[in-house]
Amino acid sequence: MTDLSQNTASEPRKHGGSLLEQTPRTKKRNAAEKRFRAYGIAAIAAGLVMLIILVTTIVGKGTGAFQQTFITLQVELLEAKLDKKGERNIEDIKKVTTFGYAPIIKGAVAAAVEELGIETSLKPKNLAGILSKDAAAQLREYVLANPDQIGQTVEFRFLASSRVDGYMKGRVHRESIGKDKNISPEQLDLVDALAAAGVLEKTFNLDFILGADASDARPEAAGMGVSMLGSLFMMFVVLALALPIGVAASIYLEEFAPQNWLTDMIEVNISNLAAVPSIVFGILGLAVFINYMHLPTSAPLVGGLVLTLMTLPTIIISTRASLKSVPPSIRDAALGVGASKMQAVFHHVLPLAAPGILTGTIIGLAQALGETAPLLLIGMVGFIASNAPETLADGLLAPNSAMPAQIYEWAKRADPAFYERAWGGIIILLIFLVTMNTLAVILRRRFERRW
Amino acid sequence: MNDMTLMEKTVDTQKIKIAAKDVNVYYGDSHAIKDVNVEIEDKTVTAFIGPSGCGKSTFLRCLNRMNDTIDICKVKGDILLDGEDIYDKRVDPVQLRAKVGMVFQKPNPFPKSIYDNVAYGPRIHGLAKNKAELDEIVEKSLRRGAIWDEVKDRLDAPGTGLSGGQQQRLCIARAVATEPEVLLMDEPCSALDPIATAQVEELIDELRSRYSVVIVTHSMQQAARVSQKTAFFHLGNLVEFGLTGQIFTNPEDPRTESYITGRIG
Repeated sequence: MTDLSQNTASEPRKHGGSLLEQTPRTKKRNAAEKRFRAYGIAAIAAGLVMLIILVTTIVGKGTGAFQQTFITLQVELLEAKLDKKGERNIEDIKKVTTFGYAPIIKGAVAAAVEELGIETSLKPKNLAGILSKDAAAQLREYVLANPDQIGQTVEFRFLASSRVDGYMKGRVHRESIGKDKNISPEQLDLVDALAAAGVLEKTFNLDFILGADASDARPEAAGMGVSMLGSLFMMFVVLALALPIGVAASIYLEEFAPQNWLTDMIEVNISNLAAVPSIVFGILGLAVFINYMHLPTSAPLVGGLVLTLMTLPTIIISTRASLKSVPPSIRDAALGVGASKMQAVFHHVLPLAAPGILTGTIIGLAQALGETAPLLLIGMVGFIASNAPETLADGLLAPNSAMPAQIYEWAKRADPAFYERAWGGIIILLIFLVTMNTLAVILRRRFERRW
Repeated sequence: MNDMTLMEKTVDTQKIKIAAKDVNVYYGDSHAIKDVNVEIEDKTVTAFIGPSGCGKSTFLRCLNRMNDTIDICKVKGDILLDGEDIYDKRVDPVQLRAKVGMVFQKPNPFPKSIYDNVAYGPRIHGLAKNKAELDEIVEKSLRRGAIWDEVKDRLDAPGTGLSGGQQQRLCIARAVATEPEVLLMDEPCSALDPIATAQVEELIDELRSRYSVVIVTHSMQQAARVSQKTAFFHLGNLVEFGLTGQIFTNPEDPRTESYITGRIG
């Protein structure tokens, strides 16, 4: 009461004169707010510009990898070259190496050139130079699979060499090939003529997505497929280990463990682990899984184990957060009707926390999918041009690469055709990551519950 | 205070259901409950009143060991349910809570169907042999919760979709479904409007015929309306415990008188 009487004694404070006129103080505050908004908009605009640059660069440089130049040729599978005895004995046919197929390919190109009436000064050997070195292997594979076709004329779609492909995509120019031993201006003339005749064309290349890596001399044949499988097997290991271990650990820590210095310490250390550089996990994996436990090098199993170590803190942190967000009244309700602690957790808390746990897991997996550094240390980055693994054990234990490691590997190589493939690989990787993150967002939106 | 006429309500002497002897509760260093002795009778509504922070909810939660979930909470003294010490080492709190049910301040139905809310307790305690028995228990419990008529056509609807008062009656039905002997209610009407409160109070009076009910409330009118016995807590002490009519009309302790006349609290 005394306060009130004091106020009436002194004159009440005036806030400026008219309400229609802003005081200098108000003007200053409004200006500060306006400035702050401008900073915010500028920050968002800068972020957006970066994002646009990133996306346009990746798409611009990478889409080329999804297209490849093919040359369609009629090939006569000469019996005299492929099966001299004429017995169609598969062992005899296998004795003919890819070198034995070279003359057949040369003949096929020469025949096509002749048929189309193209004038060229090139020798047959150089004519075949516009084809990929993969062509002979492709032909041999076909013959071994279909020995009854020997003696027939079969139509084939061969990959063009990376130089021809680069020329079709505008990467290789007549001026730039002066010292290039792999291609000559005459060959480019031939390419132009074949393209005009429709024999040579640039089309979508499924093998880039599904195929295996190829050697330095054949960038046109390299694909992401096998390393994609390597990544999938690793994700399988991560999901199978990190999800149950992470969720069990978080449930114990959040719901059952007593609050003392030990659990505090564990909590702090889990948060710290989440911030440990991934290469540290890589060298740990090298020391423990490969050097000590003698698991095979370059195997997705080991990669998966290392990535599990890396993903666990992420999953534990997000699981604990979603368990914490379940209101305690639900636990009280369950305990109040006589549920045991475990029943309360498994019947009520866990189902409510599940969307959050799944979201965290998917984001953890996405993080692991894009991780390269630890894979460098356990040898999952190298030239691996194997066929796709056929069994689960093979997939887990046979040497393989992973998508980001494959991209790194391609970016390292000298031939500019590989550079294009590295960008293409990044597009595939990004599609995976965006899909996973979208899934996480959808799950969160769908099952989010408000109390 | 018209409510005071309720003192004429018949109060038969019942057998003692819960007896608390020299109960002390500590939260870490703070001494929350000091030497409380109280005897709660069967088939009687006992109200705990007192200002905020006086320990009445804490004491209520001791009666079915809900305080066990709080690490720093220590309970000393004896609380006997039918002569058995509920803090004995051999007692499993889960079994105790099946006998001593609880309804909370805020309605907290599980985010499941109305049916599953009620059926959960009987399911985990194995009270029903088959679906038909379970259906019967659910219907009986919802009837006792005085909510059957409102929800019988939508048992599959989520319990969280009901109104506040309906949710609280659902929670009471859920607590009743496990056939407890004692029902603890921690300010069951504090989140409800007057109409829902009246419905719940009527329900409490009906529940008295089968259970021993202990209710914590901030509303003295409510205590006067629904209870036969009242305990007044102040600063962790049980100041006065006796017949409700007596407490409200002729309190012995001056602190009780100050509180019920609105001078403290």
